[in-house]
Order: sequence, then C-alpha cells, then structure tokens
Amino acid sequence: MKSNPHEKGEHTLHGFDEAETLHHLHHHLPAQAPLKDFIHHNTLHAFQAQPFHHGIATASAIFGYRVSPELKEYREWHRSGKIPDHYINAVLERKKGAEHLAEWRELLLNKKFATPEAPRIGRLRSHWKKHYKIDLDALVHPLLFRTLCSYLDQGIATWPFPITSLSFLEAIRELNQISAVKILKGKRAQQLLNKVDLNITDILAELVGQEVYYHDYLFDLCFAHQGWSGMVSTVESLPQSLLDPRRISLREAIIFELLLEIDALDTAFGPIWAPLSQHIPSNYSPLFSKVAFTQYREVISLWQEALEWSFHDPMVVAIRESPIQSSSSVVSSQAIFCIDDRECSLRRHLERGTGNFETFGSPGFFGVAFFFKPLLGKFTTKLCPAPVTPAHLIKEVGTGTSTSSEVHFSKHAHHPISSVFLTQIMGFWSALKLVIHLFFPRISANTSSAANHMHADAQLTIERDPSQPKEDGLWVGYALDEMTDAVERFLKSIGLTQQFGEIIYVVGHGSSSSNNPHFAAYDCGACSGRAGSVNARVMAYMANHDHVRSSLVHRGITIPATSRFVGALHDTTRDEMFYYDVATLSEPLRALHNKNEECFQIALDANAKERSRRFASINTTASAKVVHEQVARRSVSLFEPRPELNHATNAACIVGRRSLSKNIFLDRRSFLNSYDYRVDPDGTYLHAILRAVAPVCGGINLEYYFSRVDNQKLGAGSKLPHNVMGLIGVANGIDGDLRPGLPSQMIEVHDPVRLMVVVEHFPDVVLHAIAQDPATSEWFKNEWVRLIAIDPIQHHTSLLVNGQFEPYTPLNITLPQIDNVMPMFESNDENLPIQILQAV
Amino acid sequence: MMHYLILTMVAIPLFGFLMITVLRTSSEKWNSGIAIATTWLQFIASSCTAIYWLSSGHHPVNEKDWTLYTTHDYEFFFDFFFDKVSAAFVLVGSFLSSLVCLYSRTYMHREAGYRRFFQTILFFFLGYNITVLSGNLETLFIGWEILGVSSFLLIAFYRDRYLPVKNAVKVFSIYRIGDVGILLAMWLSHHLWHANVTFSELASYHEVHDHIAHYSGLALAVSLLLVLSAMAKSALFPFSTWLPRAMEGPTPSSAIFYGSLSVHLGLFLLLRTYHFWEHQITVRIVLFSIGVISFVIATGIAQVQSSIKSQIAYGSIAQIGIMLTELSFGWIDLALIHFAANAFFRTYQLLVSPSVVSYKIRDQFYHFVPREKHVPRGLSTRLAYGLYVLSLREWNLDTLMHRLLWNPVKSLGKRFDFLTLSRTLWVFAGLLIAGSIALYSNYSLPNQINRFVPFLFALAGIVMVLKAFTERHNPFIALVMVVMNHFMVVIAVAFNEQYDWREGLLYISGVSVAGLAGYLILKRFKKFEKNLDLHQFHGHSHIHPGVAFAFLLCCLGLSGFPITPTFLGEDLIFSHIHEDQIGLAALVAFSFILDGLAIIRLYARLFLGPHSQSVYEMGYRAS
Repeated sequence: MKSNPHEKGEHTLHGFDEAETLHHLHHHLPAQAPLKDFIHHNTLHAFQAQPFHHGIATASAIFGYRVSPELKEYREWHRSGKIPDHYINAVLERKKGAEHLAEWRELLLNKKFATPEAPRIGRLRSHWKKHYKIDLDALVHPLLFRTLCSYLDQGIATWPFPITSLSFLEAIRELNQISAVKILKGKRAQQLLNKVDLNITDILAELVGQEVYYHDYLFDLCFAHQGWSGMVSTVESLPQSLLDPRRISLREAIIFELLLEIDALDTAFGPIWAPLSQHIPSNYSPLFSKVAFTQYREVISLWQEALEWSFHDPMVVAIRESPIQSSSSVVSSQAIFCIDDRECSLRRHLERGTGNFETFGSPGFFGVAFFFKPLLGKFTTKLCPAPVTPAHLIKEVGTGTSTSSEVHFSKHAHHPISSVFLTQIMGFWSALKLVIHLFFPRISANTSSAANHMHADAQLTIERDPSQPKEDGLWVGYALDEMTDAVERFLKSIGLTQQFGEIIYVVGHGSSSSNNPHFAAYDCGACSGRAGSVNARVMAYMANHDHVRSSLVHRGITIPATSRFVGALHDTTRDEMFYYDVATLSEPLRALHNKNEECFQIALDANAKERSRRFASINTTASAKVVHEQVARRSVSLFEPRPELNHATNAACIVGRRSLSKNIFLDRRSFLNSYDYRVDPDGTYLHAILRAVAPVCGGINLEYYFSRVDNQKLGAGSKLPHNVMGLIGVANGIDGDLRPGLPSQMIEVHDPVRLMVVVEHFPDVVLHAIAQDPATSEWFKNEWVRLIAIDPIQHHTSLLVNGQFEPYTPLNITLPQIDNVMPMFESNDENLPIQILQAV
Repeated sequence: MMHYLILTMVAIPLFGFLMITVLRTSSEKWNSGIAIATTWLQFIASSCTAIYWLSSGHHPVNEKDWTLYTTHDYEFFFDFFFDKVSAAFVLVGSFLSSLVCLYSRTYMHREAGYRRFFQTILFFFLGYNITVLSGNLETLFIGWEILGVSSFLLIAFYRDRYLPVKNAVKVFSIYRIGDVGILLAMWLSHHLWHANVTFSELASYHEVHDHIAHYSGLALAVSLLLVLSAMAKSALFPFSTWLPRAMEGPTPSSAIFYGSLSVHLGLFLLLRTYHFWEHQITVRIVLFSIGVISFVIATGIAQVQSSIKSQIAYGSIAQIGIMLTELSFGWIDLALIHFAANAFFRTYQLLVSPSVVSYKIRDQFYHFVPREKHVPRGLSTRLAYGLYVLSLREWNLDTLMHRLLWNPVKSLGKRFDFLTLSRTLWVFAGLLIAGSIALYSNYSLPNQINRFVPFLFALAGIVMVLKAFTERHNPFIALVMVVMNHFMVVIAVAFNEQYDWREGLLYISGVSVAGLAGYLILKRFKKFEKNLDLHQFHGHSHIHPGVAFAFLLCCLGLSGFPITPTFLGEDLIFSHIHEDQIGLAALVAFSFILDGLAIIRLYARLFLGPHSQSVYEMGYRAS
C-alpha cells in the first residue's frame, strides 16, 4: 500500500498527486456494497490505524460525524441506573488514578462543555456560495445522481442507459457526441470532455486554480454526497457486486461532476469567472491537519468505557464463576449453530429443553467456502465470509421450480400502450391484493424468504468427479482429501473431536422478510449476506462420507458409524427450521430425529416468545405457541418495518467451551464461538477464529455502533421514506444521496458498546494468535474490538490494553440467580442484566 | 335523507381531525385509532350513501347548506353535491385512506411525529372530502386550500432534512398557481352568472348554453383557468416535475397523496365542471392536447427512471394524461373507472415498492440476458439518444419553471432592495391616508384618472409583496410587507367600486390579526434566537415546536387560509373587480400567489430544515 502523507501526520498544504488523492478518497468513503451484498463492516474503517477513541474523535472533527452518544444521554443513563455509579469510579480509577477521581467525576457528571467546532468538511467549497452566490450542489447533484444511477441501474428502468458496454466516462462522451440533446450544455465542458488525455488536474486548474487546495476540494466534492461517491468507489473495487456489470471508477465520476460544475458556472457567469482559490482566506488550514483530543472527547471516552463495563464487567464475573471442568455427560444429539448472536437464545432453550442436546457455535459457513450456483441460475453467489475468495463451486442439480411473479413490477406497467389497459384491469386486482395483504399477511412474491435460497430436495454437486474440468476457474465440488481437511479443521476448531451424539445437526441460518430492501443484512454474515443452508448441507454430507470418516480416524477423530450429520436451516425471523436429507437416515435415527424435531419446535416457540418481548404488536403473555404464530405472521407483513431486530444489542463474543457460557443469561447479546484450548494448545485454530471474528463480528458490532450514534450521517435514517435506487441502494426522495449504513428501525434498541471478545486460553497464546496478522492485530490493539483472555485452568482474566495483557479483576458483585427465564419475557422490553441460570 | 348522509360524510372527517388535534395524546394506539376509525366510518358512510343514492334513482343531489354572508348581489354559502363523480371519488378516497391508515398504524411505529402524521392525514382527508363533495366553487376552494397546506406539511414531514422542506415549498408554489386559477375562475363566473353558481346549476344544459352564447370570451377564460388549476394539481405538462419530488414523506403517505388521491384532483375539477365546458370545442381541444402531451412526455420520463418511486410517479401522470383525453371525448364513465383503477394500482405499487430489490434481483439472477453491444450511428440513434437524455433531464421542465416563473419574479423583486422597512412604512402610511381621505370624502377624480387609481394601489401592493418574496435578511420586513399588500388591495378595490366598508374590514381583520400575532411571536422569538435571517433554513421547530406551530397558524391566516374571515373577504373583494378589468384582477391574483409563497417561505426558512445550530445531529444536505 502506498504510504500516505496524511496518515503519517504531515498536515501541511502540499502539491497535488491525483493517484494518491484518489487512493485517500477510496480509503475514507463508505465501503458499502450494493444492497444484494449487504456486508457489515466498520463504518469508520479509515481511522482504524488510530486507537479507537482518538480515531473517532478525528473522524468527528473532520467529517462532522457523531461518534458516540451525547453527553446528556450518558448522564441520563447514569441517573436511570443503566450506568451504575461504581463503574464510573472503576473506570476513572483505572484510567486517571484514584487521586483524581473526584475531579474527573465532576467533569463527567456536571461540567458544561461548549458545543464542538463546526466540522471541517465542506469549508472549502462553501466559498462558492459565499463569494459567487451560487448553489452548485443544487445545480449539479440532481443530474449527477440521476446519471450515475441510470448508468449503474440493475433493472428498474424499462429504458436502460443506452451505452453500458463502455466505461462510465466513455459512455458519457459517446452519448454526448451522438445524442441530439447534450448532457453537458456549455462549450467549455464539452471540449474538456472530448479531450483525449483529460485528467482531474486540468479541470481543477480551471475551477480551483491553486494546486494546494485540490486534495481538499475533491474531499469536499465527494463528501457532499458520500453515498454515491462510496457506491462508485465500491463498484470500482468490487465489480462483481453488480450482476449486470459496469465499469466505473471514482476518477470518472469525479471528472463528470467537475465538468457539471464548470457547466453550471459557465451558465451562470458566462465564460469568464475567477477560480475559487482567489477567495480562499490565507489562513485556511487543511482538512486533515491534526485534530486535538480535547477534554470533552476524553470525558466522552471515559463515559463510553463506563457504559461498556456496565455490561461487560458482570459478564466477566459470570464467566469467571463458570465451572472449570466441563461436564462430560453423554448426549444423544448435538447441534452446531452459527456464532450469530441471534442463535444464542435458541441454543439456551434447546439445551434447557428435554432433548438432552449439546450445542456448538461456529461461523455459519461451517468452514466450507465456495461459490454456489442454483438450478437455472445465471450467476453464482459466494457463500463464505466476504474477504475469502473460494476455489470451489457447488451446483444445484435436479428438479426445477418456477418462482412466483408480481405484475406490479412488470415492464408492461410502463409500456406506452399496454400500460393503459394494464392499469385499468390491474387496478382493481391491486385493491383486492392490498386488502388481502393487510388482513392476511403471507409469503408472496414480495417476500425475501430464507428457504428460497436452495430447493430442499435438490441435489448438490459436493463430491468432485475427477474427470470434470474446472468451471470458470473453479473446482466443481471437493476432492476427498479436501473434504477430509475441511471436516477436520471444522471439528477441531470447535473442539468436537470425541463424544459424538447420534445425530449432529449443522444448522445454518437465514431470514425472511417482506418489503425490505436491506434483506441481505438479515442473513448470515459469514455467508456474505446469504442463508447458510447450502453450507450446512455440504458440511453434513462431507462429515457423513465413509471415506472422510476413515481418513479422519488417522487424524485423531473417530466418529462412530452410527452417528450421522444432518444439515438444517434456521429462519431467524420466523423461527422455523428446515432439515435436509432426512430421508437418508436409518430407521432408528429417523425416530430420534422425529423426537428431536419436537424439541426443536418447543425451543423455537420459546425463542419466538423471548424475541417478542421487543415487539410492540405482540401480546407476549400469550402461550409460546400463539406468540410464535404471531411472530411468523408479522415477519412477512408488508407494513412491518421490523421483521426481526437482527444483531441489535450485540455486545460480546465468547470464544471457548460452552461450559463458560452455558449457565449465563446473555440476553441474545453475545456471539458464541465454540473452541477447546485442549485441542489447540499452540493457538493455530484460534488464530483462524480470531481472524474471522474481528472483521465479521467486529464489523457487525461497529456498523451497529456507528449507525446508532449517528443515524443521519453514518446510518441510513428512517427507512419509511426510502426510495430504491437502481436496485443498488436506497435514498430519501428522488434527488437524495444514497444512504449507506443501517436504517433507524434496525438500530433503535441497540446500545452502542464495542464488542468484548472473551477467549478461553492462556494470555500468551492469545497474544501470539492475534499478532500473526497485522490486520487482525489492528482491531484488537487499537481497541476497536476489546479482548479478554481467560486462563482455562485458574479462570484468571486479563484485558488487552495498548497491545499487552494486563490482569483484569472485575468488581466484587453478586449476580442474580434465575431458574425460569420465560416470565421475564412477558414484562420487559429493555435490555436485561446478566444473570446466572440455575440448572434445570 | 340524502341531506343527512352528505352532511355526515363531511362531519366524520371534520370530527376525526378535530379530535386528534384536541386530544394531543402521545399514545400511538389513540392516534392511529382515531385515524382508522374516521376513515373506516367514512367508508361505511359513503358506501351507505352510494347505495341509498343508487336505489333512490341516482339523480344528482344538491344541498345548499349554510349561508355565511349575503349582500344584495353576493352570497357566500356552503353547498354540497352528490352524483356519480362524487360517489366514485368519495368511495375510492375513503377505501384507500382506510387501508393506508391501517397499514401505517404498524409501519409508523416509533417514528418521531407519529401523531403529526395521522393528524396531517386526517387534515388531508378532510380537505379531500370537502373538495369532492362540494357543490360550488367556493366550497371546493376551501377543500382545495386544505389539500395544499396538508400536502406541504406531509412533504415536509421530515422537517429536519433539507430536501423535503425544499420540495415542500416547491410543490406549494405550484399548487398556489392552481389556487389562483380557481380564484380567478370564481371571479369570472361570478360575473358570468351574477351570482355564485352551484355545480348543479351548471348541469342544466339550457341555462349554461344561453349564458355561454352571450359571454363566449368570458366562458372560455373561466374554462381555461379551471384547466390551468387542474394541470397544476394533477402534475400534467408542464408542471409534472413536482410529483416525484413530493415523495419525501413516509411511503404510505406518498402512496395515498401523490400516487392516488391528491394527484387525481385536477381530473376531478374538470369532471365536476364538465357541463360548463363540454360545449366549448376549444376547451376540448386544449384538454386533448394536454392529455396527449402529458402522456407522451411522462411515459418517456417514466421509462428512463432508475428509482422506483419516480418511475411510479411518472407512470401515474401518463395515465392521468389519458384520462384527460378520455374526458375530452366526453367519456366520463371511462375516465372514472380509469381513475379508480389507477389510484388502486399506484397505491399498491408504492406500498410494495421496497420489495422491488429482492424481487428484481432474484429475477435477474435467474433470467439475466446480457445486453447486446450497441452499434450506434445514424439518425435514429441520434434521436433515440436525444430522447433518452431529454427524458433523463425531465425535459428540463424544472429549469423551465424556474426560468419562466420564479426567476423573473426574483429579479423583479431584487430591484426593490432599496426599500427598507421605515421607507416603506412612510410610503404605506402616505398611501393609506391619502386613500382613506379620498374615499371618505367621496372625492371623485376625473374618470380617466380614476380608472388608473386602483391599478396604482394594486401595483404598490405588488411591489411590497415582491419585496417580501425576495427579502433575505429580515423576516419582519417580509411579514409586514405581506400585511401591507393586503391593505393596498382593499384600497385599490375601494376606488374601483363603492362597497360596504364592512366588507373591507372583514377582509383586513383576518390578515391584520394574523400579521400582528405573527409579528409579536417573531419579536419574542428574536429574544432567544438571535439569528433569524432568511439566507438559510434554520430549523427552529427542532427546539421550538410550539412556537413553530403558533407561527404556522399566523402564516395560514396571513395567506388567506379558511381559518380567518380573510378567506371570505378575498372572494368578496374579487366580486368588486369588474369583468372588464382583467388587468386588475390579474394583478390582485398575482399578489395573492406571491404573498402565499412569501409567507410559506418565511415559515420554512425560520422553522423548517436542518437545525442550523445542531450540525452534528443533522443529516448532511444531500441526504
């Protein structure tokens, strides 16, 4: 990566390097892919090279983001008891020393701070308005957005952009040349557009004049519509995120916008006007000049830590108190779920049910990374974490079915002739449909359904036919050795190497929702925003394979011949389960499965009831079964903007044996990754786990964090007025910028706390595991994700501070005990405290 | 019986609106409950009415209900009318409103402004029902005004953001053109009939025909003004660009307002006055042409839209264009069916519009066919691309509006920058005193000069309102100028024709009270909010929603909204402008447009938009 003067803190005005500035822009712009590939990431990833509190303070001063709750919010939480007093003291003593406690308490609790300075972004370009009395944004944005959207459009317009085989700027150039009506009006703009070796510097010379301002000017320009700039930047680096491909670069979009600006200025002032730099005051300080870490920011950072410890500290207490030896009772069945925080409660209900279940957690692609091509599909989808590039392809073969269609999205609705008749006839049909949908919500063409991802009875090409050549550079299916490796890695990473149950369920997850452009954000993050059903089936198939099993014996894993793996899918919105390939089970196992299915059903009912405590539309006091029906119904209602609450309230990730967390009521707030230090004494598997946990769970956590604290600039705002743009993003109204981030309906119940990763291993092994990979280490060392290591033998805890583990002793508190969780769900819709579960 | 039924259909929305306004509860259950109950009751009431009306011979029913004001040659009365057109509109309106209210009950859950949303919906619903049940232009105008204001409030529902507020002002200004069309039509028809004619009277062929034969020019003018109003309200060519930009509120409100009900009201106006213009072939030709042009252009624009809501908006305009042509052939029943179908269709399309992503992506995944490489060349490509670019630019209609309508007004207004408050007040006082003395002493000038005096005063009024419209610094100037304009209008008309001074008083009383109240509110407000210039949106409603609401009421009073006697006075004043004084009428009408705009702009700049002091809490401008 090219070194960048700004990141090193050289903050003087300097000459202009086009490539370097573009690189710098790419780094800072929102990195959200088109809607179908919604992948959670740290919204402020550009500042991750700095420690968390400093990084966010810098981002705030430069870009005007709100990066933490407001002071008055913290103070209110303190008054209401959400941040108990002793955590403020604990944080202050640790950070400021006991002698300064009183002084800092006063600052935190009572000091009135002046409102922070106005953000820096946009200052340079504001001189257009100030000195030229021209509102360039109002003149340029509508046409710019519409042109970009039309070019990138994936299928909304019935008359698509005429030229899409060329890159964006080439297409504009050709369109402008051929078309009888020009996109650019003025002579100068047209001449520039047609210039052979046109570059940004040339245009900026006319617009801005002095080179020292170019870098900041481009930042002002792009961040006046960070949504569109970010989308262009993302499509440039991930062209495969559009099914109908387009070639566009940030550079091209910038050039087009600059030309539109020149056009607007020429229209307003004629051919002669002075470049902007003439009006910039000499004391202009650059956008990225050093940001001071003010006392206000420090106070905020201390409040933030106090808020975080209010949840994390009791959790650490509970984990320390968990039994050191895991019980070794024999279980009849096991279920491996995704580490997703939404599975946390289902696992609890299942374990505490009557079925004698043991559960595990592993990232929901279950260690098999591949592209998937459904039957009749024209494309492949990636089913593994976003940064991984798979080498395998799994194809669906077998019987095909048709998908239901919706005439309201039909092209004919806009065809000049057919529209007239269609409207007349369809109109009354619409009225009927609307009534039906309102009173009897059901799955329809408007639903994005978890089960639709793969046909339940379709065949998958899992095992490679040695004679088959690669397809598009991918192996079709896995060779036997590859299968063995995958299964070994998978089982060892979760510590399941002995005491296998008779049936081992591998449960992927997905979600179903209607009328929801952000549907992909609800599916499995470890499967790139898709349902995990295929991965579950593939893993189950491999682990059932005779050859694989016999090879595994040599690697220390003996799976009894009577044990079978069964792939399954959990629909997290509707709380439904789908089981795959059950027909292949032997008769006795089938009977066991039928019994298990009932246990799952009871757990799912209970889980639905637990979730329903946050749903205002549901009477939570009804029986679990009734509540479950309502939850399912609600999930596909057109008018329900909260089909489920997704990862809201996520706050922790526990990497270790289930015995650490089994007796703790975590309120669906923790990712749970099974891991047994005994299987992995040197931390090899741990490294792989943490390398995925940081970007996946950390990404989810920080996206929720930032969308929650600044829903206007870092989140998508309320989804109620959203308008779908080109199938790639949402905007408000028709002239608005794209809105990356999460809508307010997804984050409103979220408490903005950083993820606390608790790892069950010796601190030096953990430190070694994160240090191997700089990208992973950055997450932890700069504290964008917090890390605690728990010694598996003594249960001593250490906290990672400035890159080193320090012993961490939680406050001496007694946690409440609880035996039956269900009554809690009938009367609470707020976050519940950490509690110790008594054995059933 | 019909009498009570019709009154019930006006009373239900009125009662619902008053209830939600008076209750001021924050309970979601109550707020949505009132709205749902109101709309469902209305649906039941209108169904019963329709059934009863059908079974009792389906003759048009006229109900003259309540006379507000009478002079020897003028009567202002509420009048309601029920025929198949009202039946269709009331039924479709209450059916869709009730469904959308039901939809929004859950959809709007936890949204800031939950109560405001349902209040505005009910306000709209009230305006809609008054409009479609009205029996004369005066009653219709009341509903029409309510629709304008409720639209403004709903587009600016997200009042902390820049674009909704900007677009709300834009839509309001187009609506204002429609308002004035009706106002002038009222004035002319008053002279045409020498009374305030009801729609039922229009239905008798002979009467209409006789009149029109005598005053063909006047009749044509009335019809064209009605067409103008209809074009503005139904977003027909060349006003189309406001419709997609109105879709800034929550999706269900866009669905019901701009997808279905509000946008068809232009069509309603033409249906309602059908008997008046059906014999005028020119009007039919005009309607046909506008219909066809709107259809062609809107279809083209709809095809290139890459955002789902603007695609639906333009699709809807195209269909309304067709309805206009149907109407020009006299196919009323077809137009009515078409209206209902389009309303249902667009509502549903908008409500499921967020689903388009999962639906189309799935569709693309299974059925994608790569496009063939284009081989451009030749005239047809040139034209096709040209048409594409033109449609992408929305035929530059937005720029056209600016260039033809608002820019000239702005540059005209800028010429009066030299007017300060004190200077204007002196001139105003001088004019007022001179005018009063002249009027009081019955001093008569030579006839030739006398004819110009009203013009002079009207012009003085225009200057003031222009100043108000372009004022950028001082909100007080804008406010006072608007009030002074109303005085000028009254004096101008007083010179024109002897009339009862009480009528003038009636007119002035509303604006002066509203103006004074507004002035005092601002004066007090200035004490704790120092910066009240009009360069930018201040968004003060963020911190002071109460003040914002009080000031909004004053603004409504000032702009002749039917909550003060000024509304009645406006109509009265117009009745004293003679039918040959087109110029004077145009000036007065122009000043009405402008002062409405100046006032709403003033309100928007001060109280709406991103709160200027909380930069960190607000969205950025383009968002």
